[in-house]
Amino acid sequence: MRVLLVDDEVDLASALAERLDMRGIEADWVSAGADAIKRVEEKKYDVAVLDVKMPGISGLDLKARLEQIDPGMKFIFLTGYGSEIDFKELTCRAGETSCLVKPIDIHDLISMMNSLVKKPERG
Amino acid sequence: MSFLNKIKPAFWNVRPRTSAADRYLFNYRRIWKWSVFLISIVAILPLVFITALDYRVTEQALESEFRSQTAHMASNTHLAMSFFLSERKSALNFIVHDNPPDALNNENRLAQILKALQQGFGEGFMDLGIIDSNGEQKTYVGPYSLQDKDYREHPWFRMVVNQDVHISDVFLGYRQVPHLIIAVKQSLPDNTFQVLRASLGTGPFQEMQDKLSLAGMGDVFLVNKRGILQTDSRYHGKVFDKMPFPVPDYDPHTRVIEGVGPQGEKLLIGYRFIEGTPFILMIVKQKKVLLESWRQARMELVLFLVFSVTLILAVILGSATYMVRNMHLADEKRLMSLHHIEYANKMASIGRMAATVAHEINNPLAIINEKAGLIKDLFTIKQSYSADAKLIGLVDAILNAVRRAGKITKQLLAFSRNLEASVETMHPEDVVREVLVFLEKVTEMRGISVKIYVAPQTRPIISDRGKLQQIFLNIINNAYAAMSDNGHLTIHIRPTHNENGVIIRFCDDGCGIAKEDLNRIFEPFFSTKTSQGGTGLGLSITYNLVHEIGGKITVSSEPGEGTCFTITLPASIES
Repeated sequence: MRVLLVDDEVDLASALAERLDMRGIEADWVSAGADAIKRVEEKKYDVAVLDVKMPGISGLDLKARLEQIDPGMKFIFLTGYGSEIDFKELTCRAGETSCLVKPIDIHDLISMMNSLVKKPERG
Repeated sequence: MSFLNKIKPAFWNVRPRTSAADRYLFNYRRIWKWSVFLISIVAILPLVFITALDYRVTEQALESEFRSQTAHMASNTHLAMSFFLSERKSALNFIVHDNPPDALNNENRLAQILKALQQGFGEGFMDLGIIDSNGEQKTYVGPYSLQDKDYREHPWFRMVVNQDVHISDVFLGYRQVPHLIIAVKQSLPDNTFQVLRASLGTGPFQEMQDKLSLAGMGDVFLVNKRGILQTDSRYHGKVFDKMPFPVPDYDPHTRVIEGVGPQGEKLLIGYRFIEGTPFILMIVKQKKVLLESWRQARMELVLFLVFSVTLILAVILGSATYMVRNMHLADEKRLMSLHHIEYANKMASIGRMAATVAHEINNPLAIINEKAGLIKDLFTIKQSYSADAKLIGLVDAILNAVRRAGKITKQLLAFSRNLEASVETMHPEDVVREVLVFLEKVTEMRGISVKIYVAPQTRPIISDRGKLQQIFLNIINNAYAAMSDNGHLTIHIRPTHNENGVIIRFCDDGCGIAKEDLNRIFEPFFSTKTSQGGTGLGLSITYNLVHEIGGKITVSSEPGEGTCFTITLPASIES
């Protein structure tokens, strides 16, 4: 499984990527939306983990752009803003159900990624 | 006093010139006092005035009625008595003029005359006598033996010498029977004179008196000008007694005056001087007895007045209290909603601040989380670093702390978000546990044990999460304040009997609430903790919040044992 982490917090993204690598998940990370688009154009990813609030482009907008490039890609949103319910209302109203609130538990993230990738169709 | 306290409306306890009174728009006690005073004046004064006027007018009318009745009766009786005497006087005058002196001194002739008089006038004449100028009775016809009696020194004899005709006072005389004398002088050819004397009993006068029926313990009698009774009276003495009040002043007409009796009783006295006689006709009535019927009417009038005034006062007091109480309630509601808004604003800004803080903390927390996670991963997954149990323990501690901080920031965010109405399905137990997270540290520090019992058949409810959080937070805070350290808080959650809602019962083993405070604790600004900085708003806001989400809150308490707050919530806020 290949994962792209997009978060403006470099420290967070790099550490998370390394931790996923240790668990046998190939994770790349970038800190800006533009870099993410570039990466996806170059390489095939199964899942993109997006921060909702980033400078330049929001997680939702970025998702729309990335979907255009790779329609089969799955998405997980991360946010430090608002509770899970809040976040679900704001973001998952757009049809997304895969949301996590920072600070996250790595096991939650991995199981979420697994369930998304296993699904043949996005639910 | 305790009864007064019970009926005393709430506004009465708002003392003017206290900080509590400043919050209100008006001084309700003063409004109440003034409105009661002014309305009472306007309503009662005219009533009292009219009643007093009516009282006065009726009394005067009655008095004048009694006076005129008395005057009328005195006039009529006077006429009868006066006529009785003057008729007899004229008859004697005629006899003197019609009979030569010798004829009158003839005993047979005199007896014939007496018989004729007694036949003609009926009762009255007792005897006849002829007295010579020396006062010696020369001839006498009648039932007594008065022949040759000497009348020279008798007052009536001296009077008739000067006046030609005289009617005497009533006296006993030689016969020792009360009688009066009509004496007529007859001039003789030798320039001396003789007197025809007739004596009359008092019987006819007594009869005339007795025939009169007089109201008001009325009395009618004759007195002479010295105040000596000439006939028997009913209440004021017998013949020859002294009349117990002064002789009235002379007046040629009938008069009615007020006098005072021997016992100090007020009298209405009608009198008339009978001209040509020494007699005064007196009609005496007791005012007290006369006014008996009036007193009855007066009593009714006073009772009517008292009843009306009582009724008016009751209506005034009732309506003034009702209106002022409603004003006060409206004012209190206004204050309450102002405070509610203030409270809501405060909570909203706390919420906004909490959200900002949580967000700002969450990102660094996430970084700590990942970095510490990575350190741990390096030890546990990569095996490239020697596994040091102490280091792993330290890292675990960091991760635990992060987890806890994360939990709190999440709760904070949820709390701030829930300040806006958020109707959703939830389990009350979850909300209780969320609230307890905020108080975890205090609970731990004070050693308070919190036990939650949930009945298995409890179902989730649809309600406002934010309001429920505030309600539970307030109740639990309140319980904590009442409890000493190492206290116990027990929370029972169970469905209502009809399973149409949920009952949440918070019981503490704190100091309890005094009975007299128990039904006031939901009132705004009621606080027993003012010295400890209580605003007295917490429970009243809680009360309002519970009602806003369609619930009910009740309290029961035993001083020294603890307090239980019971909140009943509907299954759905919409219902």
